[in-house]
Amino acid sequence: MDNFELINALVLISNFVLIPALSYGSQLALATLSLTIIYGVLRFSNFAQADWMSFGTMTTILFTWYLQSLGITGGFLPTALIALPFAIIVTALFCLLIDRSVYSFYRKKKSPPIVLMIVSVGVMFILQAIVRFVIGPNDRKFFDGEKFIVHALDFKDYFGLSEGLTIKSTQLITLIVAIIAMVSLFYFLQRTKMGKSMRAYSNNEDLALLSGINPERVVLITWVIASALITTAGVLYGLDKSFKPFTYFNLLLPMFAAAIVGGIGSPIGAVIGGYVIAFSEITLTYAYKKFFIYLLPESLEPSGLMQILSTDYKFAISFIILVIVLIVRPTGIVRGKII
Amino acid sequence: MTGGYGGEDILHSCNIEVNEKEIVVIVGPNGAGKSTAMKAMLGMIDLKSGDIILEGNDISNLSPQKRVAAGIAFVPQSMNIFSELTVEENLEMGGFLRDGNIQKTIDEIYELFPAMKEKRKQLAGELSGGQRQQVAVSRALMTQPKVLMLDEPTAGVSPIVMDEIFDRIIQIKETGVAVVIVEQNARQALKIADFGHVLVNGENRFYGKGNELLTDPEVRKSFLGG
Repeated sequence: MDNFELINALVLISNFVLIPALSYGSQLALATLSLTIIYGVLRFSNFAQADWMSFGTMTTILFTWYLQSLGITGGFLPTALIALPFAIIVTALFCLLIDRSVYSFYRKKKSPPIVLMIVSVGVMFILQAIVRFVIGPNDRKFFDGEKFIVHALDFKDYFGLSEGLTIKSTQLITLIVAIIAMVSLFYFLQRTKMGKSMRAYSNNEDLALLSGINPERVVLITWVIASALITTAGVLYGLDKSFKPFTYFNLLLPMFAAAIVGGIGSPIGAVIGGYVIAFSEITLTYAYKKFFIYLLPESLEPSGLMQILSTDYKFAISFIILVIVLIVRPTGIVRGKII
Repeated sequence: MTGGYGGEDILHSCNIEVNEKEIVVIVGPNGAGKSTAMKAMLGMIDLKSGDIILEGNDISNLSPQKRVAAGIAFVPQSMNIFSELTVEENLEMGGFLRDGNIQKTIDEIYELFPAMKEKRKQLAGELSGGQRQQVAVSRALMTQPKVLMLDEPTAGVSPIVMDEIFDRIIQIKETGVAVVIVEQNARQALKIADFGHVLVNGENRFYGKGNELLTDPEVRKSFLGG
């Protein structure tokens, strides 16, 4: 084995495991942050989360089409990024409408979390129907602009390797947008008066009332922030892959798994959990055959795919991790609330 | 005040009065309605009859939050701090309703409780029982209240810490605040009290100066264990 083989193996792993897991992890982390903030402040598991993500992405796509029809595009960047702020506003307003008409009724009655959770399942069906009614159940690509930052063929030629490294622009955009969103969220929660009052309300509701914190205002800000996070997550995921309501719905399990692995109610836990789930899913379903061919001498080369689990089982991984965490450490990595 | 939690009335024409720079202690056997009286003053339960008057204004119809803004501060017996926030953030949340500079009040509180200044970056939930109690009182003081109500401030702390808490309460009184305390440790509490109420079954049974109640043979016999 020479150095080239080692480099080839590393490039291969970066291309098929590290970079995709990093971008999928960032998308999942944003979605989980939204879930965990709702859980922390409003105290219920929001099952409408994944369809809410569909709704936000759908709104972005509609705005993107409208902008494109006006001849406005993002140039080398996807037009969806321009549409995103408008879509966040619409999604947040829609969310507040649902809150006023549905959730606030149960909140005033001081219903237990289980009731709110079941209510959120109802909201989930409504959102699902709206999305399918407006944009349909089909797979849609809404990416435009420059597709690659590093192209596999160029990379190969340039470095004289047999493995190419591809970095899609959506992957870099995901990473940058996710970092900006996370940093500003943590700044908001830790440094601003409103953010601190949200944490105070989440920590001790009665005492927050005694301190004069207005609960309705906290609820409103929570919905707006959670809407912004989930819409951003949905758009980044859709740009990277494609938008299909059913695929989005299937993200509900990884989201909950990530929230619980990290420690539900804890924003830092949500970020850690998002990356843990994403890296587990991709490392466990990748076929390592070529990787070992590079690293091992010819006589030891594997004949099988060297794949731990078929990609069809990727949701099982979230599920298994979820079960293990609930048995071994129910509070999650960062000590969150116990469900 | 007459009222309760919806079932049978717990308070029966009970009357409590406090002036600024005064400590009033409410004592009485279990189930006498001590905490209920305090909740009624704060607006956490509805009264059937009676009024809550603050500086001549009737605040009986205000929500608890409005009463906080009007100048009543309350330290509950349990869950009285934001355990996941730092000490300093607890104070900031106490001053949530105030606009403008709260740093001056924070500094004054640090003067009163030097231990708070030392631990200001620490999570309130990681502190000892006595220190938590100090955080709880400090948070309530951040609203610059006219009336400070404490529900069993010495529950579950050691005798030494208890003395310290009472010392601080006297200091707080000196700054011009009216203090109402519900207390199980009747003997110690009455020592620092200007006036004391003994509640039994939601009624005022005895009322008098703190030290008079302490020496009153009947009160001694029934509540202070001879």
